[in-house]
Amino acid sequence: MNTFYTRWLGGRQGSMGIAILALLIFAIMPMWLDIFRLNLVGKYLTYAFAAVSLVMVWGYGGVLSLGQGVFFGLGGYCMAMFLKLEASDLTSTAHQTTPGIPDFMDWNQITQLPLFWEPFHSLTFTIIAIFVVPAIFAYIIGAAMFKRRVGGVYFSIITQAIASILTILIVGQQGYTGGINGITDLKTIHGWNINSSSAKYILYYFNGALLIGVIMVCRYVLSSKLGRLLLAMRDKEDRVRFSGYDVSNFKIFTFCLGAMISAIGGAMFTLQVGFMSPSFVGIVPSIEMVIFAAVGGRMSLIGAVFGTLLVNYGKTAFSESFPALWLFLMGALFIAVVMFFPNGLAGLYEQYGHKLSKLWRPLTRRFAKNKLTAVPPPDGPSGSATTAHKLEDQLVTEPVSDEALRTRRPA
Amino acid sequence: MNAATPEASVKKEFILTIEDLTVSFDGFKAVDGLNLYVDENELRVVIGPNGAGKTTVLDLICGKTKATAGSIQFKGKELTKLAEHEIVRAGVGRKFQTPSIYENLTVFQNLEISFPRGRGVFGCLTFRRTPDVVERVQQIAEEIQLQDHLDMDAALLSHGQKQWLEIGMLLMQDPELLMLDEPVAGMSVKEREQTAALLNRICKGRSVIVIEHDMEFVKSIAHKVTVLHQGKILAEGSMESVQANEKVIEVYLGH
Repeated sequence: MNTFYTRWLGGRQGSMGIAILALLIFAIMPMWLDIFRLNLVGKYLTYAFAAVSLVMVWGYGGVLSLGQGVFFGLGGYCMAMFLKLEASDLTSTAHQTTPGIPDFMDWNQITQLPLFWEPFHSLTFTIIAIFVVPAIFAYIIGAAMFKRRVGGVYFSIITQAIASILTILIVGQQGYTGGINGITDLKTIHGWNINSSSAKYILYYFNGALLIGVIMVCRYVLSSKLGRLLLAMRDKEDRVRFSGYDVSNFKIFTFCLGAMISAIGGAMFTLQVGFMSPSFVGIVPSIEMVIFAAVGGRMSLIGAVFGTLLVNYGKTAFSESFPALWLFLMGALFIAVVMFFPNGLAGLYEQYGHKLSKLWRPLTRRFAKNKLTAVPPPDGPSGSATTAHKLEDQLVTEPVSDEALRTRRPA
Repeated sequence: MNAATPEASVKKEFILTIEDLTVSFDGFKAVDGLNLYVDENELRVVIGPNGAGKTTVLDLICGKTKATAGSIQFKGKELTKLAEHEIVRAGVGRKFQTPSIYENLTVFQNLEISFPRGRGVFGCLTFRRTPDVVERVQQIAEEIQLQDHLDMDAALLSHGQKQWLEIGMLLMQDPELLMLDEPVAGMSVKEREQTAALLNRICKGRSVIVIEHDMEFVKSIAHKVTVLHQGKILAEGSMESVQANEKVIEVYLGH
C-alpha cells in the first residue's frame, strides 16, 4: 500500500495532482459540458497521451522526438483497421464489386483483402497490435540510432523525416490504407455502436481512466532506479556508461514506452472521433504534440495533460474566429514558452504555487501532525534515514515534488 | 626501458598488460607502441607533460577511445574488443578529470546508481533499496567523508567533495582496477592530504592507476611512476629514480 502511494501515485504532491486531474476529467468536465464538447475534450485527452509520452522521451529521456505522431497514427490505424473490417460485413458492402472488403479498397480495384489486414478481424489481435506494432517500430528506430549514439538534433530530424515518410506512404498506398481520406465510416465494436451518445460517454470515461493509468505507470517508472538513471544520463551520460550501464538500452526502452503510450492515445482517438487519417501522423501533428508538452511543462506528466487541454482550447476558440491566425499564434506560443517559461505551466506552478499553498498552510500543518501520530515515517523516495523530525519539515513547509527537486538548481 | 619482458608477464600474472598499444587521430599518434604492465595491488602514477597521451591511455583502457593497434589485457581478458559497460563490468573503474557526478541527484542517489546490481533495463525497474545497498552506501560515504551529506543535492558539494564523491561512486563498483585522472586538481592543500590518505587506504586489495601533475602528491602515494612523453614511455621506476633521470628532467621536471 505504501509503495503504491509513494511510487505509483507519486507521494503526497503526486497524488494530489492526480486527484485534481481525475476530478476535472470525471466530474467537472462532464457536468459542465454537453456531449459534443465533452467528446471534443475526449479527443484532446487522446493527444494528451502523446504529450505524456513526450514528457518521458523528451523531458526525462532527453531526446526530442518530432515523430510522436507516427506512433499515435500506428495505434489509431490498428484500431481503425479492426473497426473498418467490422463495418465492411457482407450485407453492408453487398453493392461493391467485391463485397466484404473495405469500401476504399473496392474503389481502388482491389479484389481481395490484403494479407496484413486479415488478423485485424480479431479484437484481441488488434489490442495486442496497438501496443506491439508501435513498440517494434520504435525499437527498430531506437536501436538503429541510439546504439550508434545518434542523438540531439539529429534524432529529432530523423524522427521528423520518418513522420513525413509514413504520411507519404499512407497517402500513396490508397488501396491499402484509405489514402488521404484515411479510414472512415467506422461504426461498431463487436456490435456496440461507438457513435451513440452513451458510447461516447463510456469511451470518454474509459479514455480518462486509461490516461490516469498511463500517468501512474510513468510515475512508477520514474520513481524506479530507471528514472534516476534517465536524469543521470541527461546530466553526465559518460559517467552512467562508465558505471556499467548500456546507455542506449535505457533510451530505447523509454522511446518504446513513449511509442506505446502515444499508440494508446491514437487508438482511443479512432474510437472517439470515428475515423483515422494521415493528418494525425505527419510532421504538423507531431510538432503540435511537442508544443502541448512544452506548454504543460516537459518535466511534468500532469502538466502535459493541462498543456494539451489549454492549447487545444485555444485552438478551438481562436480558429472559430480567426482560422488563419491560429498557426502563427501557436508558433509564437511555442517560442514564448521556450524562451520565458522553459518548464511550462508546471514550472509556473512550482514558482508561484507556494503563494497559493500559503492559504492552505494551517490545514496542511494539521494534516501533517495527524499523519505523524498515525503512521510510522515511510521510507521516502529521495532520502535514506528519514527521521520523524525531517518528515515533519518536509510536510509542513511548502510541498516540493520529486519533479521540482530534480529541476531545481541552486541559485 | 621497461624491464618486464613478455615471458616475465606470463610468470608474474600482471593484472593489466598493455602491449604495442597505438592510437592515431588523423595520422597523429597520441599513443605510440606503448607497453605498460601493472601489478596486482599496485598504485601506479602516470606523469608527463601536457599532450603526452596520459588521458588517452586511460580512455583506451576504459574503451572511450578505440585503439588503432595493440592489445590491452585485463586479467587475461582482451579489453579492446569490449563495449564500455562491459569493461566496467569486467572490473575496471574510471574517474574523469573534471568531477563527473549527477548534480541533480542526491549524494545517496549518486552512490546508489553505482551499486553493481540491476544494470539492465528491467533490473532497474525492479531494483529495490535493500538494507545491503543502504549499508554499502553508508560505508562508502564514511570512507569519502560525505556521510553527513547523503541527502544533499550533489550540485551543492564543494569541488573537492565532488571529486571524492566520484571516487566513492567508483568504490561502490568495487573495481579491481581503479583509474583516476588528476584526482586532486583544484583541491586545497588540506584536501590534497586527505585525498592522498584516501588513496592509500583504498588501494589495498586493488590496483590503481593515477594521472597527476602535483609532484608532492605523487610522492605521497606512488609505488611506481611511469613518465609518458609524446605517446611513449620515457622512464619508469621508483619516484627517486624517475626524478633523477636526465631525460625526465629535460622534458618535464626541469622547468
